[in-house]
Amino acid sequence: MKQYRSMVLISNGDSSQSKGSEAVIDAFHQAIEKYDLTSEVYLTTIPDSGSPKSQPLVIVYPEAVAYGPVSAEKVDFLVSEHLYKGRVAESLKVSDPFEIKRISWLVQRTGTIPAENRIVLEYVGVIDPTSINDFLTHDGGQAFATAMEMEPQRIIDIIKKSGLRGRGGAGFPTGIKWQAVRDAPGNKKYVICNADESEPGTFKDRVILEGNPFSMIEAMLIAGYACGADEGYIYIRGEYHDALEKITNAIIAAREFGVLGKNILNTGFDFDIHVHSGAGAYICGEETALLESIEGKRGEPRQKPPYPTTYGLWGKPTLINNVETLGNIPPIIQNGAEWFRAQGTPSSPGTKVYTILGNVNKTGLMEVPMGITLREVIGIYGKGMKSSAFKFAQTGGSSGSIIPAILQDTPMDFDSYRNVGVSLGSGALLICDDSNCIVDCVRVLMRFFQVESCGKCVPCRIGTEQALEIMTAITQGRGTMDHLAQLEWLRKGMEDFSNCGLGQTAGTPIKNMLDHFRAEVEAHIKLGVCPAGVCEMGG
Amino acid sequence: MENAASQQKTSYDHPDAIDIIRDIVLETGRSKEALIAVLKNVADRFGYISNVAVQEISRQTSISAAEIFSVATFYRMLPTTQRGRHVIEFCESLPCHVVGGRELYRALLDQLGVQPGETSPDGRFTLLTTSCLGVCEVGPVLSIDDNIHGNLTAESLPDILARYE
Repeated sequence: MKQYRSMVLISNGDSSQSKGSEAVIDAFHQAIEKYDLTSEVYLTTIPDSGSPKSQPLVIVYPEAVAYGPVSAEKVDFLVSEHLYKGRVAESLKVSDPFEIKRISWLVQRTGTIPAENRIVLEYVGVIDPTSINDFLTHDGGQAFATAMEMEPQRIIDIIKKSGLRGRGGAGFPTGIKWQAVRDAPGNKKYVICNADESEPGTFKDRVILEGNPFSMIEAMLIAGYACGADEGYIYIRGEYHDALEKITNAIIAAREFGVLGKNILNTGFDFDIHVHSGAGAYICGEETALLESIEGKRGEPRQKPPYPTTYGLWGKPTLINNVETLGNIPPIIQNGAEWFRAQGTPSSPGTKVYTILGNVNKTGLMEVPMGITLREVIGIYGKGMKSSAFKFAQTGGSSGSIIPAILQDTPMDFDSYRNVGVSLGSGALLICDDSNCIVDCVRVLMRFFQVESCGKCVPCRIGTEQALEIMTAITQGRGTMDHLAQLEWLRKGMEDFSNCGLGQTAGTPIKNMLDHFRAEVEAHIKLGVCPAGVCEMGG
Repeated sequence: MENAASQQKTSYDHPDAIDIIRDIVLETGRSKEALIAVLKNVADRFGYISNVAVQEISRQTSISAAEIFSVATFYRMLPTTQRGRHVIEFCESLPCHVVGGRELYRALLDQLGVQPGETSPDGRFTLLTTSCLGVCEVGPVLSIDDNIHGNLTAESLPDILARYE
């Protein structure tokens, strides 16, 4: 839960290294220690930015000021002025107008620090996930204890005030969902943790469950108490054998400890959790399909409304939250809504856990404040592109979209992305370079939707099939301009008439492709060539 | 993890096959809610869910055979046809596709000599494609039985296949 005041990025690619960037990094470490700033400043390296003229380049957040070229001798002055005294060291700023233009994207980046800030992942990799005692000695259970001393309505008010939004992809305000379940009539209610994470490229929930299964139990207890539920389910993806084992053992340990079961810690509150393992169906991540699956049926989404908040599992009011959403609950209860709102952007407070994948030097998991940009993610956490230039990013399966390079400076939060017609998805950031063909990639995505469509409603079942056929035809050099019109028509039809989110968003990659990469698609059709040299084009 | 791979499946020709199925139902639960877990356990034990198994589960749970079959065919992990000794699931999703999955898939088809959905003539491998195995950080990925193999290349493939007889 470390919050840094400042963040320093130092360019450290080949070109910067030849100009002494490594000595600069050493000097920064020494100066930061000298001024006693180690707990306030986050230091990291990025690939070469700007031109050799201004390297080694140093960028300081949250002011988003660029210094360069910086030599090791000047570092002490820079740290003393900017980081210690808090005033910009004007004499060291990048001054060449041409250079300033090259890093003009920085102007929009004043404000949020793109530093890692672990809230959900705080104890992942720190505690022993098989030991409830280890969890308890790391402040585990404190939030539940705090919550039990509050009126249930007060808990919901805190969640509402925090502005927490669902992290499964849709970004629905969590507090409003909790309120709806609490207000729904009936004595029997359920809390469900949706751990059926199946969006291609997303594995954040697996890491959370494997690293800190007890935090899920704690969050579900709080949710159960706040919403008036006495039974919970964790629906976990069938492929996640290790996470399943960890959470099952954690539940057994919690029962033995007396925090699951009847009359928990003599408070009169009853709550128990069951684990349901999925059997391999992407659609079961859709909340009503998930309910059907727990009930032992085919995982076909229900007609909505009624929503699960009033008519959920076995017809009872049911709260369904994603793993990452629940992971935010204990820290919010412990630290308050104001603390949470201080991070991220006003419309999307807090952090987001992303998986960074694809053609970057470093892949993996990171938790950063909402509102940082793709360019920063690639530079800071991906350590730059592996071999060639950034072309587009894909943000997860059905709830994601294709983000072209021109949008890489758009802040990553729910509303900023919606305003430019793309979506944040479930937290996968698949970074693709220009050796990839957009048509080939969209064909692969359509194949995914065609396979995973449950087949219940016609627009999705037929639409995904036909879209895949057309995409395949284009990659084989059989595409026509009529196909593009048909694709657009199919996309619209699926969006308007499909029953659930899968069909409604299956056409998103098509829309993104035609909006941003139309020339590349038309090259396949009109010229019979694949500009990236990927598609076989019948040859 | 590798040991799980060599776990022998029980044949439906086994004289106690029906008793084994009945025991699985009794241990797992006879309610509708437990049906998917029952089918999963049967598939784990026998390799797939046969007609005989569907009939026996139906007798034990009072759920119609048609309904059991409809549930089983919905889920990827509940196979209703016999497979080879080892099941290869190749991840064909975009995260694996863009980091070498495209090339790996061609190599895999070449080396196995089968198309997706088919079993090799010697009954050694069944090749399936799958949507995502959830370990995208080490793509391209495939799983054989329950073992995940990541960071694969066409060159490393023969060594891995050779581990499964």
